[in-house]
Amino acid sequence: MKFSEAWLREWVDPDIDRQALLDQLTMAGLEVEIVEPVAPPLPNVVVARIEACDRHPDAGHLSICQVADGAGGRQVVCGAPNARPGLLTALALPGSELPGGVCVEAAQIRGTASAGMLCSAAELGLGEDAAGIVELDGETCGTALTQALQLDDVSIEIKLTPNRGDCLSLRGLAREIGVLNSLPVRHQQTPPPATGSRAAFPVTLADPAGCPRYLGRVIEGVDLSVPAPLWMRERLRRCGLRSINAVVDVTNYVMLELGQPMHAFDLTALSKRITVRRAGSGETLKMLDGRSISLGAQDLVIADEAGPVAIAGVMGGERSGVQATTADVFLECAWFDPLTVAETARRFGLHTDASHRYERGVDHQLQPKAMDRATALLLQITGGRAGPVEEALVAECLPSAAVVSLRQRRLHQLAGVAMDAAQVDAVLARLDFQLRDRCETEGDGVVWTIAAPSHRFDISIEADLVEEVCRIHGYDNIPDQTPKAALRPRPKPMEQSGERQLKGQLAALGFQEAITYSFVDPARQALLDPGTEALALANPMSADRSVMRTNLLPGLVESLRFNQNRQQRRAQLFELGLCFKASAAPAEPIDQTLLLGGLMWGERFPESWHDKPEAADFFDLKGAVERLLEWAGAPAPKFAPSSDPVLHPGQQAAIVSDGETIGRIGRLHPRVERQLELSSGVLIFEIDGQSALRHPLRRFSEIPNTPRTRRDLALLVDESVSAEQVRETLSKALGNALRELTLFDVYRSKNLDSNGESNKKSLAVGLTFQGASSTLTDQEIGVWMNCAIKALERDLGAQLR
Amino acid sequence: MSVMIVDELLGAAEADIQGARDDAGLEQARVRYLGRKGEVTALLKGLGKLAPEERPQAGAAINAAKRRLTALIAERKDQITAERMADALAEEAVDVTLPGRRPGSGGLHPVTQTLARVEDIFTGAGYDVFAGKEVEDDYHNFEALNIPPYHPARSMHDTFYFGNGTLLRTHTSPAQVHVMERQAPPIRVICPGRVYRRESDLSHTPMFHQIEGLVIDQDISFAHLKGTVTEFTRQFFERDLKLRFRPSYFPFTEPSAEVDVQCVHCMGRGCRVCSHTGWLEVMGCGLVHPNALRMSGIDPEAWSGFAFGMGGDRLTMLLHEVNDCRLFFENDLRFLEQFR
Repeated sequence: MKFSEAWLREWVDPDIDRQALLDQLTMAGLEVEIVEPVAPPLPNVVVARIEACDRHPDAGHLSICQVADGAGGRQVVCGAPNARPGLLTALALPGSELPGGVCVEAAQIRGTASAGMLCSAAELGLGEDAAGIVELDGETCGTALTQALQLDDVSIEIKLTPNRGDCLSLRGLAREIGVLNSLPVRHQQTPPPATGSRAAFPVTLADPAGCPRYLGRVIEGVDLSVPAPLWMRERLRRCGLRSINAVVDVTNYVMLELGQPMHAFDLTALSKRITVRRAGSGETLKMLDGRSISLGAQDLVIADEAGPVAIAGVMGGERSGVQATTADVFLECAWFDPLTVAETARRFGLHTDASHRYERGVDHQLQPKAMDRATALLLQITGGRAGPVEEALVAECLPSAAVVSLRQRRLHQLAGVAMDAAQVDAVLARLDFQLRDRCETEGDGVVWTIAAPSHRFDISIEADLVEEVCRIHGYDNIPDQTPKAALRPRPKPMEQSGERQLKGQLAALGFQEAITYSFVDPARQALLDPGTEALALANPMSADRSVMRTNLLPGLVESLRFNQNRQQRRAQLFELGLCFKASAAPAEPIDQTLLLGGLMWGERFPESWHDKPEAADFFDLKGAVERLLEWAGAPAPKFAPSSDPVLHPGQQAAIVSDGETIGRIGRLHPRVERQLELSSGVLIFEIDGQSALRHPLRRFSEIPNTPRTRRDLALLVDESVSAEQVRETLSKALGNALRELTLFDVYRSKNLDSNGESNKKSLAVGLTFQGASSTLTDQEIGVWMNCAIKALERDLGAQLR
Repeated sequence: MSVMIVDELLGAAEADIQGARDDAGLEQARVRYLGRKGEVTALLKGLGKLAPEERPQAGAAINAAKRRLTALIAERKDQITAERMADALAEEAVDVTLPGRRPGSGGLHPVTQTLARVEDIFTGAGYDVFAGKEVEDDYHNFEALNIPPYHPARSMHDTFYFGNGTLLRTHTSPAQVHVMERQAPPIRVICPGRVYRRESDLSHTPMFHQIEGLVIDQDISFAHLKGTVTEFTRQFFERDLKLRFRPSYFPFTEPSAEVDVQCVHCMGRGCRVCSHTGWLEVMGCGLVHPNALRMSGIDPEAWSGFAFGMGGDRLTMLLHEVNDCRLFFENDLRFLEQFR
């Protein structure tokens, strides 16, 4: 809501300066957002009268005006079509500088002396009107224009919360400022205008729930060639509205002044009668803004015999709109149901000044007053003859005043501060709440029962009254206290680590946490999770963020690319977050799973003087993941060969724990890297979040006091034999005697085999033996070693080197 | 043999010992004089050839020489050890100004750090943490919070929908509803997490973080809300900041307030960060609306409560003087690494 300070002060004028007034508004919950001067400084512009006006001999479009400026007379050459003798207008004196940068000097124009400039509103920075010079009324020549038009005013824009529809007018704002300053509000007294005709147009309410009150009036013989007067256009401008024509300006003016949206129809375009009804399906309406919309049975419309002419409380139709040639108008002033207006406005995306007010609630007692005010203003500006007001009313469908009780004890308890009854009495009275009952009770103290005034739509329960009392009392006058509570130890599950510890662990392993958008590009996601149907947003903001991520790769990869494009040489990122899939379970239609994902790319270590840069490979990432699994206490973790199409076929594994796949690790498939425009060598992992957060209780196991003995073996095995197979064979053969197994070399060479075969590799393993309670003898170890060698030969075809 | 001979020998031996440059040279000198066939040993052996009256004096002189040489050798040995250590140390000296060997380091996202800080402050005061899910149904995101369909407050939340009646939560308040549905009062909980709104401009990203708090107990009042919010804000910024509570409106609280804190940069004098107002809007709050309590099965006559909500990204911006919220989700390492 944008309004002018000067206009507000006409209604109520507290003895506080501008800044104090702005602070007061903000602290009352009417947050001031923007304050701007209504005009630039115009120190040398004065009111002047054109005394005589002659055509310039050498230029047909110019006139030579003799102007009275209060101090004397001067000659000014002017190009405006509306320059005429007797006109009061704005004169910029030589030496003045206008907002557009124009410097006015005494000059010769087409050979004629001109001592100043007569100005249009646009030239003065007072709006868009550049068609002619300003037309003033009732001012004295020589008066500074700033003074004549109250240009030291400011436009104030406040952000209103949806509950304060009552403040969407000068009247409502004045009421609020009046309450805060304990001042009476100067209401405009508009006597009912004299009716000059008996012309009327019938109105029927076919849907009283949607529209229980509708006032109509015919005004004949208006002259719309006359614009609204400057003072009115100025006020509209200062409230952010453009001048259209006198009728529209008047309805807008009344809306700003009183908070009642109105609509004017061209009477001659209306057929027979007005019916306020729900639209039939299939009905359409061409709107004032040129759009054509298809109406539905839930939409409330104003219709004549030929069909809908307006959407109730939202916007008028083109067919019945007032035009410059309109002579007879039909004025509408009605009360529409807020929800009905809201639903229709939302569905058609039509947010108008009228719908904004109706949605939030318009005072349902205001219509007669607003109709009289608009009629009086219109007759004054455009002339014409007003007919009688035609009112259709279904009183029982109007909102009834909410009757609410406030208990003093409850107020005390909720506010946290005691307020005496007299204080509450005063606040309720200042807010125009009608006292229905006031009684003293044993337990609750004073109990007030009030009826809310018709302009307040936000009062329906006791808590609303508590808020009103606290608000007027001042939130700042309520003390700060901290709640008291029982000191009960809270649970801290031992077998579950927090997300924060998990993230800390990853950071310690060298990964930087990323936070990426949960909605991603469907194409990128299809590349990184082929075969999974992504959940699409019904109303995405852009195509590249239109589906929910099914795993963490799209976001991580996008972040990596961002950094690659900024000359980074390495990146290690991780993210912990929810991923989304459609689910078959009807109770939870969307599966939201916590995943941990990470990637590694580029040089293994930051560049330094001591090592040659080397690219990180599969085993760098695997080492980090192993550490993580160890920390998370994942039972029996294994890396099993897998066939994920997104990953390099020879460098990928499923992460398995206790026989269950909990994640994956691998290098991105070079084809995928190319399609995503990534530099190559991107390694990724993903682990189910819950598995990573599990943190089993560590249990002590006895540390044997016996010495350890290590024996190394060099084995020649086929390329196809995996390290894991060697490990399994050895641990099966040696059981508990094997305390530790270290793979300390992998060697490949043509000379490995006496036959010169190259499909063999040499593995060097270190076996550490330790007896549980007694020292193992050389002989015992020899037996174990034989056992190990036999098993390796038997199961894996291994040869000792 | 006279004492003179011993003195001569002693002089030569001392010169040899001092001249030894390493352990081997020293050993050579020792063998030459004190070894079994050494010159001092030979003198001792020759004692018997002396006249008996000469023997005691000569014996004493030779033994004194032997003791002297033994001591000199031990001393020289220590010297040589010390010299070699010094040489070795000199050789091992490094340029200590060369950079250290560092494994790549990781770190936590600044918003994560902020949420953690908020969580710590509240868990320290006995609050639980409940994050909730990000896809919600209309009931938990709106209706249970006293926002029926077509309520004007819905226009305050530009919502992302899925086709099936579900949506991306526009605030963390639905997490509070889940807590109220599951747990009987007293309740003290904070709900941090991601939320989503269809907004994107200089000061809005379509995804951001919120932290909401909820306390329900007997006789919870607006004064308790003010005290809690004020105390938290001062703890968070570690400054004795002024706060102001402005009346506002949220459908799920009544009375409601918007909280401004004295600008943490200019301490209220007015600067770019606070748009020259001296105040920063940091959170919305209020007493839980009786309808919201009732809908989640809590009797508003027996219990009352307060709720507050703030932006995790905004708090991070204020704390670390970050000037563009879009930086949080670009994951530029040059940005993220500043907060390690």
